[in-house]
Amino acid sequence: MTAQNEIKKSILASLWFMFLTFPIMVIKVNTVTNSIEWRWHNMAIVGIGAFFLSMLWRYLLKRKEEGRKKDQSDGLSIVQRLLHERRFALPGLMIIGIFTLLFPHIFSMYQTNIMISALIFVVLGLGLNIVIGLAGLLVLGYAAFFAVGAYSYALLNLHYGIGFWIALPIGGIFAALFGILLGYPVLRLRGDYLAIVTLGFGEIIRLVLENWNEFSFGPSGIKNIPKPGFFGIEMSMHTTTIYIFYIVVVLVIFTIFVINRLKNSRIGRAWVALKDDEIASQAMGIDKAKTKLRAFALGATWAGMAGVVFASKTTFINPASFTLWESVIILCTVVLGGMGSIAGVIAGALLLILLPEYMRDFGQFRMITFGAVLILMMIFRPGGMIEDVRKTYKFEK
Amino acid sequence: MKPILEVQNMTMDFGGLRAIDSVDLSIEKGQIVALIGPNGAGKTTFFNCITGIYTPTSGDIYIYPRGKEERLNGLKPNIVTKKGLARTFQNIRLFTSMTVLENVMIGCHAITKAGIMGAIFRGAATKAEERLIVKKSYGILEKIGLEKYVDELAINLPYGAQRRLEIARALATDPFLLLLDEPAAGMNPQETMELDELILKIRNREGISILLIEHDMKLVMSLSEKIYVVDYGKKIAEGTPEEIRNNPVVIKAYLGEEIDE
Ligand SMILES: Nc1ncnc2c1ncn2[C@@H]1O[C@H](COP(=O)(O)OP(=O)(O)OP(=O)(O)O)[C@@H](O)[C@H]1O
Ligand SMILES: [Mg+2]
Repeated sequence: MTAQNEIKKSILASLWFMFLTFPIMVIKVNTVTNSIEWRWHNMAIVGIGAFFLSMLWRYLLKRKEEGRKKDQSDGLSIVQRLLHERRFALPGLMIIGIFTLLFPHIFSMYQTNIMISALIFVVLGLGLNIVIGLAGLLVLGYAAFFAVGAYSYALLNLHYGIGFWIALPIGGIFAALFGILLGYPVLRLRGDYLAIVTLGFGEIIRLVLENWNEFSFGPSGIKNIPKPGFFGIEMSMHTTTIYIFYIVVVLVIFTIFVINRLKNSRIGRAWVALKDDEIASQAMGIDKAKTKLRAFALGATWAGMAGVVFASKTTFINPASFTLWESVIILCTVVLGGMGSIAGVIAGALLLILLPEYMRDFGQFRMITFGAVLILMMIFRPGGMIEDVRKTYKFEK
Repeated sequence: MKPILEVQNMTMDFGGLRAIDSVDLSIEKGQIVALIGPNGAGKTTFFNCITGIYTPTSGDIYIYPRGKEERLNGLKPNIVTKKGLARTFQNIRLFTSMTVLENVMIGCHAITKAGIMGAIFRGAATKAEERLIVKKSYGILEKIGLEKYVDELAINLPYGAQRRLEIARALATDPFLLLLDEPAAGMNPQETMELDELILKIRNREGISILLIEHDMKLVMSLSEKIYVVDYGKKIAEGTPEEIRNNPVVIKAYLGEEIDE
């Protein structure tokens, strides 16, 4: 295609955008003087912006097309190569480890708190990654399991005085039970049908928490949830934050360890097989119901534990923390990071939680940016930022 | 000789459509049996009924492990596989996001048992099992002649190799009966010849019986010891390749098509 052609296309796009945004970008009713302002300069900005963006857009599309024709095998990204090269992976891990250890001492309380939230979402993302990334079950109401964990701790503590460390596994187990509860009726569903039902499930849990005042104290939530204890020693606000930070770090490491093992196991392979082809999996001797329920239960467990940590961190929970928006963010971390890829999900969660925190000024554009980034990802990197690479095996012959 | 699989009077209805109409079939140990018939005759449906994907409307399916009679009707596909019936699919159904080796490793699922705890703690038993799975799977790939593709993603394989991989995967379940649904479809004559050898090898070396659906008459006639012909869901003939070749009913069903080579 000629350059002339390209420019013509971009001009068309920019005209189209100017027309579309005309009512909101150009016309403004001044209610004080009862007159209409014509902001023509806005139109110019939209026009020029659309022109260049459409150029860029088509350039990227073209590059992607060309990339596709190349050999698939050298399509590994830099990150993937680094991860697979022991020489780089070990020192890299050490640096990350030391940085993490020092983090709460270098940065302020505020930063540490944000990091704790981000790490909680890493755990959530990794948990959902079992369900979506490995087993291919599109679950939309994942925040419900997060809520189950948080409320397990809050209520158990309120009524029975149960502490954080006992509540942590209990929260996980409760969430797992809810996972099975949800999983059982939807065993036959796939794809969008499953997504809709699980979305409904998430909303039901939230609505119950919001309206069942005697049980969950409704929208006003539960206050004064204790922070995790350390052998009954009194701790200052500051030390507690650092303490929670380390707890979350350990939880993240534990999660990575377990999921990595699950992924490269008989069960993990069965999940991926089910995702690829249910009928063939069954013909290979995989019990569909059992395998799916395991994915639901194990995926939910992490949300439950993350919920307990969340409740202890904020010391106050109410249903507003477990809305569809939370589910969507967790889903985005998995999709954006790379389905099935542990490193990808971690990167995705950190990016999606930390960026909005540090760019609060753009608060009102959050939703639109999310949408735009997701669409761009789907088109240009459908496998996510760090794509999953299948394990290869060594043979003794 | 006692059969290893016996289908009696099996019927399968889809709403008003009778896809299989009281068909009988039996296979003896070590036999290669072919099931042929025009398009839409109900051959694949027959496989789906035996392997538990559909539950037949009526009739019985029996197997005889260690001399004891067992009825397969209504069992789930994964249970049927555990009992020793493995199959391939007419429209290739490989696990596309997994490597060739992993595809075969999935086949070992039926004969291994590591659970969640085994996966997380990865004790000695689990490790040994994993090693066994890898070794066995690689061995099968070597036997089938796919070892050069081990770490390739299944989807990147050439078509003929994908069909062979389906067979490799089925063999990993340790079957006594292998059900092949049009294994030669889409293969060139060279590949078909190799497939012919492969099927014979599987039968002769491992004593696995084979039930074969195939449109390639040359392959069917050279391999099978017994042929069943179905048309519109009904069995219209049964016999040796020689008998089938000269059966006027069969020739009529295949009207216009060439039966002998
Ligand atoms: N799930 C189903 N629901 C309804 N009808 C079906 C179903 N599966 C198969 N049929 C019908 O049953 C008949 C037999 O189909 P089948 O696939 O078994 O034929 P086939 O002998 O394998 O044909 P081919 O040689 O083309 O593979 C066809 O008329 C088909 O439309
Ligand atoms: Mg068929």
